[in-house]
Amino acid sequence: MSHVRGLRCRKCGREYHLEPLNLCDFCFSPLEVVYDYKAMSRGVSKEKIAGGPLSMWRYRELLPIDGDVVDLGSGFTPLVKADNLGHELGLEQLYIKNDCLNPTHSFKDRVVSVAITKAREFGFSIIACASTGNLAASVAAHAAKAHLKSYVFIPSDIEQSKMISTAIFNPTLVAVKGSYDDVNRLCSKLVEKYNWGFININLRPYYAEGSKTLAYEVAEQLGWRAPDCVIAPAASGLLFTRIWKGLEELSMLRLIGPVNTHMCLAQAAGCSPIVNAFEAGTLHVHPVKPNTIAKSIAIGNPADGYYALKIARESGGAACAVSDEEAIEGMKLLAQTEGIFAETAGGVVIGVLKKLAASGAIKKDDLTVAAITASGLKTQEAVADVVQPFVIQPTLESFEEVLGERARA
Amino acid sequence: MAKRRVMFTFPPKLIKEPIIYNLGRKFNVVTNIRRADVSENKGWVVLELEGDEKEIEKGLAWVAGKGVRVDPVVGDVMEG
Repeated sequence: MSHVRGLRCRKCGREYHLEPLNLCDFCFSPLEVVYDYKAMSRGVSKEKIAGGPLSMWRYRELLPIDGDVVDLGSGFTPLVKADNLGHELGLEQLYIKNDCLNPTHSFKDRVVSVAITKAREFGFSIIACASTGNLAASVAAHAAKAHLKSYVFIPSDIEQSKMISTAIFNPTLVAVKGSYDDVNRLCSKLVEKYNWGFININLRPYYAEGSKTLAYEVAEQLGWRAPDCVIAPAASGLLFTRIWKGLEELSMLRLIGPVNTHMCLAQAAGCSPIVNAFEAGTLHVHPVKPNTIAKSIAIGNPADGYYALKIARESGGAACAVSDEEAIEGMKLLAQTEGIFAETAGGVVIGVLKKLAASGAIKKDDLTVAAITASGLKTQEAVADVVQPFVIQPTLESFEEVLGERARA
Repeated sequence: MAKRRVMFTFPPKLIKEPIIYNLGRKFNVVTNIRRADVSENKGWVVLELEGDEKEIEKGLAWVAGKGVRVDPVVGDVMEG
């Protein structure tokens, strides 16, 4: 059995039973899962975790799950010491948490694995989500594995490659004609009308908990310690807040020492409501209209924006945005120094990392972890200009004429 | 009767206008404020609207037409 006590409002503290519910009935603030940490501490040890599966489910005791899990083998992704990139940026202890290597190539597999497991526990036979790519593929794949029906809502104008990477799992794929705001409004109505497990609406408190496993893994892979700095992208802000929660929990359970991690938040300049608030010194995250190529983090009205902002401030961290051009440069830099092909959001993280290292906000001997949350294979068009092959005839003469000088150098 | 939970974000030029009062007067919609933060240069209000579905839609279109940003309380549902 899990060590869950129930749900609690993050604003007013009202408590609720475990149910598919994401907002407090009184103040409409988000709910989060609360645990009995005393009981949890009796069931958790480094040795027990080390003996668990090589996936996120080695931390099962710290997750809100009671039954069999819906698992594609998500998590326990590599934490790579990035010496080449570190050298470029002047950082001596830089690590990349490579979440491209999840089953559907993004960190969303962590959250969806928990949410769909919980959906099955609640007895939902249909699950749903609205997504432009990563979440859609992950939900469709996990639903296939769990023998659940799924409805996946996508904007009608998304790229064919993204539709294929979802459609292959045979969900009910619904292409909605309209803006992102139209899709948001439609889904808010659907969740009230249909008895579906909507992954990031009524299942959101559970969905969110899956993100913590990224932090658990980082700490374990570093030999049970928290990094000095974490840099992570922020869309809804959920991952950012749960990385912090994960580190705090490990400290509370005495698996690591006190957490003094500076949490640094990365957004694209074309959609940076949290960075805007950080820079303005306010705690209100004013919604914006997204306009960036980093579509996977283009959330204009971030549900956890306020909480992400607070953590960036209170941890002595930072919040910084980069242009689309800087994001593309970041993708290329990561690929050409560390051999990791990240999506545009990863380029944003590397672009921000570069800025923070140059400004001295991240010090050269800080143990820094950059979270790369999805693979570049889904956003290849952003860097299509890298394809500039040398065209030759199939003869030695032609090769030497075009490339002889380079080959002999 | 339908219910809708929404967040209004006011630009500075509309802070002084009684938009929520007028929303209730012009349309057959009951407004119930749950959280808010309004100062002289910014403002947001989280509230629940109750009424006929069509009246709520018409009312929200009127509010948006005044220049107020209207969002679902849950934040953006669409994710990457």
